[in-house]
Amino acid sequence: MVDLSVRIGDLTLANPVMSASGTLSEGLGDVFDLSLLGAIVTKTITDDLREGNPPPRVAELRNATLFSIGIPSKGAAYFRENTVPFYQRYNAPIVASVSANTIEEFGALAAKISVPGVAAIEANVSCPNLKADGMAFGMDAQATREVVQSMTAATRLPIWVKLSPNVGNIAAIARAAEEGGASALVVANALLAMAIDIETRRPKVANLMGGITGPAVKPVLLRMAYQAAQAVQIPVIGCGGISSAEDAIEYMLAGASAVQVGTASFVSPNIMPRIIKGIEAYCERHGVSRIADLTGTMRKFDAEALAMRGSL
Amino acid sequence: MQMMKDRMEGVPACTFPVVEAPYPVISNDWVNGEYKLLVVEAEAAGLAARAGQFFHLACPPEGENDNFLRRPMSIHRIDRERGQLHFLYKVQGNGTRALATLQPGDTLDALGPVGQGFSLPAATQHVLMVGRGVGLATLAPLAQMAIAQGAKVTAVLSARSQALVMGRQVLEEAGASVHVVTDDNSDSDVVSLEGFIRRLHAASPVDFMATCGSNRLLMLLQKLSEEFGAAGQVALEQRMGCALGMCIACVRAFRKEPGAEALTYRRVCWEGPVFDMRETVAW
Ligand SMILES: Cc1cc2nc3c(=O)[nH]c(=O)nc-3n(C[C@H](O)[C@H](O)[C@H](O)COP(=O)(O)OP(=O)(O)OC[C@H]3O[C@@H](n4cnc5c(N)ncnc54)[C@H](O)[C@@H]3O)c2cc1C
Ligand SMILES: Cc1cc2nc3c(=O)[nH]c(=O)nc-3n(C[C@H](O)[C@H](O)[C@H](O)COP(=O)(O)O)c2cc1C
Ligand code: FES
Repeated sequence: MVDLSVRIGDLTLANPVMSASGTLSEGLGDVFDLSLLGAIVTKTITDDLREGNPPPRVAELRNATLFSIGIPSKGAAYFRENTVPFYQRYNAPIVASVSANTIEEFGALAAKISVPGVAAIEANVSCPNLKADGMAFGMDAQATREVVQSMTAATRLPIWVKLSPNVGNIAAIARAAEEGGASALVVANALLAMAIDIETRRPKVANLMGGITGPAVKPVLLRMAYQAAQAVQIPVIGCGGISSAEDAIEYMLAGASAVQVGTASFVSPNIMPRIIKGIEAYCERHGVSRIADLTGTMRKFDAEALAMRGSL
Repeated sequence: MQMMKDRMEGVPACTFPVVEAPYPVISNDWVNGEYKLLVVEAEAAGLAARAGQFFHLACPPEGENDNFLRRPMSIHRIDRERGQLHFLYKVQGNGTRALATLQPGDTLDALGPVGQGFSLPAATQHVLMVGRGVGLATLAPLAQMAIAQGAKVTAVLSARSQALVMGRQVLEEAGASVHVVTDDNSDSDVVSLEGFIRRLHAASPVDFMATCGSNRLLMLLQKLSEEFGAAGQVALEQRMGCALGMCIACVRAFRKEPGAEALTYRRVCWEGPVFDMRETVAW
């Protein structure tokens, strides 16, 4: 028997596999029992009502996709009255992803959705800060710190911060989120990308730019999860291109305490339960009795030996 | 009875209606120069599909193309007696070209059934369905359903040429009366069609209309269904990520309520692919 449970701050998850925000809805409950998940992370909401970007919103790339959804949202009241009660039928803790236009609104929204049934709040800081020329909060260490401070002041629920990968120095942003009071980091959101149809000369998604997701980007996001985990004491949740137990374990070896799975659920909706089974099998094979012991156990090449070989 | 009830306790009330499964391929043959008919063996979950629902099909990788995302495909025929599902598809891009390579004995990785199908009011007497091109693939199971419900069905099949007319046999076997119009024959234009539908309605009033695959047919049926006081539904398409309502990629603009000016995005895979014509905005 492998102990698959992991601790993310004060929260204990039955296993380290959860959905990435924006890639799960009630429809997945038509395919398997969502109680199997370590946690259910819901689609980002804003308090203002939004329709999202015009279609087409998705294009297929090689081993990846380009999505440009925007954040369609029905607001906090709808979330409290419909979304939370729906997912409460499952045993998995609910993590509510939120976004806002200003630092103050992040705090206000966190307060509004701190209702029974919500176990943690994930701040999606990849959206534009309307008070700073529309530059994403997550691209700026100070703005990231202030978002977390605004939220921790407004709620007693743990705050997870989902970092933007569209930055030069992920470690600096990771430290700012930790200083702000975050309980965990999710590393990371989708990389900004674009694609053009050369026959029609039109962008492949109407919004021109979107997020590239899926297996093709995994090595980049794995690197960022590693760098973030090196920079902070709080748990890091790896996210980006995970589509197998092997991918999930790779993130954990790099320093992640848990993982989020996104695009892979579109390709194969049963992927998350399969990943959980596969992680268990790996642990059995490697004599690992607690999955939590795997975190950060990558074995680097020995520096001295490398230096010697390098001088040959 | 009591024993059964006890045994059911603790068992989730519903099992999982959507299944991701390998379906053995029975045949995959050309029906004309552009379309293939894929017939697969299906189990109970797949055969529970209703008219207007669809499957999300994984297309095998081919050379440079990994066909990363699945492709949405309507169910053309649900053959519960033989335990088969039929898909009628146009071979056009990388995904459908790869589907076309499937051979008897291979398996099709399909997710479904998904989406909201047609809902036919119980008292419906006369269904008119008008399909252009592959739109017909979606409409054929509606004929089956309507006739089983005791309604009469008239199917108008529109195509560029006689050679591209498909599904006539499936529809006739289901008991529909079929009327073919083609561009070659110059009777597929909106004016000719409108004349035909008006004469049909005068002879035998139409109380339900369905269409798929053509904007001008949608606009024509929107106008006529309103005038005749008939209900109407349309099956729509959009590029999809998940087909389970999760990614919110497959949206189109709809009227918030029938006839309303205000628009809102809805997911074709989840709220549809079949929608009330009065909420649908022509594109
Ligand atoms: C609910 C639904 C039911 C459908 N039923 C049928 C059917 O029964 N028979 C049939 O021939 N076709 C049907 N289509 C259209 C079919 O999905 C596309 O023809 C197919 O996805 C094209 O894939 P491709 O790789 O060959 O083409 P490409 O053009 O190379 O595809 C590129 C990308 O665009 C997407 N795409 C392209 N055209 C469409 C389209 N019209 N709708 C949705 N996505 C598209 C593809 O899925 C793929 O991700 C249906 C579409 C929907 C949404
Ligand atoms: C369709 C889609 C919608 C998404 N919506 C959100 C969102 O609302 N909030 C968010 O923080 N991330 C969102 N993401 C990003 C994912 O949560 C995840 O970070 C990203 O897709 C990388 O993981 P993956 O490669 O496993 O998909 C979305 C991704 C996709 C593909
Ligand atoms: S395809 Fe994902 S929501 Fe419709």
